[in-house]
Amino acid sequence: MNADQEAIKDVFSSFFVEQTGPESARNSIPLGFDLKAWKRLSETGAPGMGVSPPAGGGASLSDLVIVAEEAGSQIAPLPIIDHVVTSRVLEKLDLLEEEVLTGTLIAGLVVRPVKNGVAKSVPTGAIANRLIALNEDKLLLLADEPPNKSLPNHGDLPIAHRVIKNADVIAEGREATELFDRALNEWKTLISAFLVGITRSSIEITVEYVKDRHQFGKPIGSFQSVQHGLADLPGLCDGARLLVNKAAWAGDKEIAGAINLTDNEISDFATLASMSLVFAGETSLHATDRGLHYHGGYGFSEEYDIQLFYRRARAWSQILNSPSEECLDLADLLLKDIGAE
Amino acid sequence: MDFELSEKAIDFRSQVKKFIENNLTSEIISNMHETGTFNDKSFNEALASEGLLAGAVPGYGDRDPVELYLLFNELEKAGAPYDGLAVTMLVAGIINAVGTEFHHEEILKKLLTGKHNCCLGYSEPDYGSDVASITTKAEKVGDKWIINGQKMWTTMAHESDWVLLLTRTNSEVPKHKGMTMFLVPMATPGIEIQPVPTMASERTNATFYDNVEVEDQWRLGEIDDGWSVMGIALALERGVMGGTNPAVPLLKHVLNWAETTPSKNESLMINNNLMRERIARTAIINQVGQLLTLRAAWIAATGGMPGVEGSMAKIYASEEYQKVVGWFQQMAGAEGLLSFGAEDAAAFGWIDYDARHAPVTTIYGGTSEINRNNIAERHLGLPRSR
Ligand SMILES: Cc1cc2nc3c(=O)[nH]c(=O)nc-3n(C[C@H](O)[C@H](O)[C@H](O)COP(=O)(O)OP(=O)(O)OC[C@H]3O[C@@H](n4cnc5c(N)ncnc54)[C@H](O)[C@@H]3O)c2cc1C
Repeated sequence: MNADQEAIKDVFSSFFVEQTGPESARNSIPLGFDLKAWKRLSETGAPGMGVSPPAGGGASLSDLVIVAEEAGSQIAPLPIIDHVVTSRVLEKLDLLEEEVLTGTLIAGLVVRPVKNGVAKSVPTGAIANRLIALNEDKLLLLADEPPNKSLPNHGDLPIAHRVIKNADVIAEGREATELFDRALNEWKTLISAFLVGITRSSIEITVEYVKDRHQFGKPIGSFQSVQHGLADLPGLCDGARLLVNKAAWAGDKEIAGAINLTDNEISDFATLASMSLVFAGETSLHATDRGLHYHGGYGFSEEYDIQLFYRRARAWSQILNSPSEECLDLADLLLKDIGAE
Repeated sequence: MDFELSEKAIDFRSQVKKFIENNLTSEIISNMHETGTFNDKSFNEALASEGLLAGAVPGYGDRDPVELYLLFNELEKAGAPYDGLAVTMLVAGIINAVGTEFHHEEILKKLLTGKHNCCLGYSEPDYGSDVASITTKAEKVGDKWIINGQKMWTTMAHESDWVLLLTRTNSEVPKHKGMTMFLVPMATPGIEIQPVPTMASERTNATFYDNVEVEDQWRLGEIDDGWSVMGIALALERGVMGGTNPAVPLLKHVLNWAETTPSKNESLMINNNLMRERIARTAIINQVGQLLTLRAAWIAATGGMPGVEGSMAKIYASEEYQKVVGWFQQMAGAEGLLSFGAEDAAAFGWIDYDARHAPVTTIYGGTSEINRNNIAERHLGLPRSR
């Protein structure tokens, strides 16, 4: 991390700790969105940070990864990742509205293909005023009032189905798919960073808990089976962060096609973004699983925060794809030049 | 951490890659599996004459830990015999750090020619993880030391000119404070080597020390301060001298196999979805193993001591390797059981080999449990459990 990035980390770490955190996550159920915190965040200019410097942004993907991890560490119920990624697409097509730049209108990405005119289970579906979607080889922009009501769900996210009607075609053919793929890879990278944040906090919360909770006259954290269950996690968390950072680095450099599978030399952005999502996703599942378990019965109660992290890890790690499906897409990238595909 | 290697490091890596391409023959590889000795002196000598060996000594010369990592990583990925080399170069690093003029002249210089090897004599039949409790005794008699005892798992003893021997010199003090390290010439009378065959192709040894007499000049470090020398060894090794990318050569063999082998429905294995998922997962594991190791090297290169980070890389790489081997052995079914040389052996027997080798990787060099203790205490700040 360079000095600028240290500063980004400090600023956003304080912001998300002070303005969001488990408290805000709880208070925003069932919608899955904290409007007050979003307004505060908008005052800092964060919703526009991903666009180009002349438009008032200038953050690289590597910078955004830092923001996303801090957001994840506080399970912030804010659509910052979707908004930033979508704004970048809109700017490229010269369609960036002032209200989107400032965060007055929320923009989101339809991460999965549209089917029969409906975008199902859109991550920001309940709250997004602008949605970008890919329908076959057409990139669509839906400008519509959001339902402001989410489908009840595992991760308390602002998920909703959205009908894609009267949407503008904003790009076609190769341009459309390239823009969408780029946006989706950025989204994968940033969601992975969010998941690293979830993992990091789950470890911290659980380590504090096992130092504090006593059974048989000593802290449960002095039992070796508990220690060992936790000792696996920091390496996984750090590995996930390294992989996400590498993906962001490749994204900033727009590296495409650099895949040497048998030599383990991989710098292709799309490949690294996909790897990040699988690995950061499954790491967060594992860390929150151990974390909840070592809380004993309290981990299962609504009162303790670990269950919030547990459920959000599951939601974000599979809202795009099941990890197994994502691995199959990844295999297509890795084995492009190999075999009979 | 920078994902872009420095120009110097990139040049160094291409030099290593080129060296491997020109010098690592299939005879060398098959010879290592036939003999069980993962060391090849003529290969080591060739490395030396290419000027690559000085770069393999941790803390020595102008090679930084990232280059050290690159050298061993390339050797590991290529399936080269590097176990003996890694240990030998580690000892060279320890000599460089704490050795006397005599050790430099008499041992280090020779080690840098690639013609000589060292082995590590830490573990004993009764003390492995609890290595600070070892009982092999060194007694000062006049100006000589008399050594008696037995070591277990002295890998490469039969290839070596010296053994780095951890001995008990004082039983009156707490166990960590009564040990002394020696570099004992293997040719000294009273040393006996017995081979210990293993379930994989690699061989190790038991070594016996019966009134072995050495002069004081073979002592490495201070009397009763052998534990600090052990600490230096661990700090130098830092998890970057191989062992964190074992599934890379495995994946290469598996891919070759999957591209040429039909599955039950007649299509090639490479088109089987479960196979493809597992290949993708292995690719992720290999990347993460590489990144965790590179991070440890990078911390070392910038003046830090990546003890905990080395533990993280070691646990991750070895445990995932075992998982991956299990997947592919099962995918290969009955042919996944067939060994080198057997007709129809999956991946020419490599799957069977890796499945035999994998279990040891979570045991030697500090077991997973010992590494987890390290992380729990030193990283998570949990109370000592022992
Ligand atoms: C092929 C091979 C090559 C080797 N090469 C060398 C070599 O060159 N030089 C050398 O000196 N040694 C060498 N070793 C020895 C190796 O370092 C030891 O095997 C290792 O340290 C474990 O010791 P042990 O085998 O006595 O097992 P033990 O220490 O008896 O351990 C048995 C089990 O108990 C667990 N355990 C032990 N203590 C604890 C604890 N405190 N908490 C939780 N669990 C614990 C272990 O993790 C392990 O699963 C080699 C071993 C092998 C198999």
